[in-house]
Amino acid sequence: MLSDLDRKVILALQRDLEICPRPFLEVAEHLGIGEEPLLAAIRSLMARGYIRRFGATLRHQQSGYEANALVAWAVPEADLKRIGQHLAGQRAVTHCYARRPAPSWPYNLYTMIHGRTPEECVKIAAQMAAETGVRDYEMLFSETELKKTTMRYFREGES
Amino acid sequence: MTITKNQKPKTKNQPLDELDRAILNEIQSHFPIGSRPYAEVGERVGASEEEVLARVMAMAEAGIIRRLGANFTSRKLGYTSTLCAARVTPESLDHFVAVVNRYPGVTHNYLRRHRYNVWFTLIAESEERLNQILEEISGASEVLEILSLPAQEVFKIKVDFQL
Repeated sequence: MLSDLDRKVILALQRDLEICPRPFLEVAEHLGIGEEPLLAAIRSLMARGYIRRFGATLRHQQSGYEANALVAWAVPEADLKRIGQHLAGQRAVTHCYARRPAPSWPYNLYTMIHGRTPEECVKIAAQMAAETGVRDYEMLFSETELKKTTMRYFREGES
Repeated sequence: MTITKNQKPKTKNQPLDELDRAILNEIQSHFPIGSRPYAEVGERVGASEEEVLARVMAMAEAGIIRRLGANFTSRKLGYTSTLCAARVTPESLDHFVAVVNRYPGVTHNYLRRHRYNVWFTLIAESEERLNQILEEISGASEVLEILSLPAQEVFKIKVDFQL
């Protein structure tokens, strides 16, 4: 369960952390609490899984991994867990989800793969297909980023 | 509406050196939750607090660091999410994107080279609200089809890059 303090901390942490010597002190002052109670609340939210990661998010294009592709796989239901776990273990894969397919779209496993070039992504996917025996897959290369933002939770009148 | 390409860094795209890489590797997932986080990072990578701060500021300025802060587990906060794939004709694309991007719960949206050409993630406070938003989007645009592909199991969600 979330306490009132937890909710206040979650709201406050939706803004980026200032890049300064004592960034948490600034957040604590904004909330009108001490720095130590704030740090304890953040650690607790992390330990309980409400915060899944705390840190820097990089712009992929700037990190040398210029190319990425979302690869959608049609995997037999019985093999989904095993193949999902196998692909999740690969270094090039940053996200791996089982998703409910749609009648016109039978793909139920999704991997985001990153490579230095689109050709490398194609090669990685082909390698994955060979390893898993899943031959039915679609590669979705991004052409343009239309929006990339961070969700704001617990805001009234927005969704 | 004009579609803009991925933003380029504002400053010159200087290559990262060893210290930059070491700092990035530390602060992606192991950002210290402490009073002087940059001093702690400095201890781990063998640099002063001032040096680490200056490097992080420069990399944020250059757009290498996109954001710095908390990533929440939306499901644990009571929210529900899905990945949507839409088939949109070239003529109605700009309008469709404008309609979709209006929603704060649409956090990622990409044009992809495929017959399902617009892929976006949608987060809402309930299943009902999520379905309502999808109906609103369909009603307000000329989209041919929208698939909703909710996650059933997460095998990996990690955005760290070993640099």
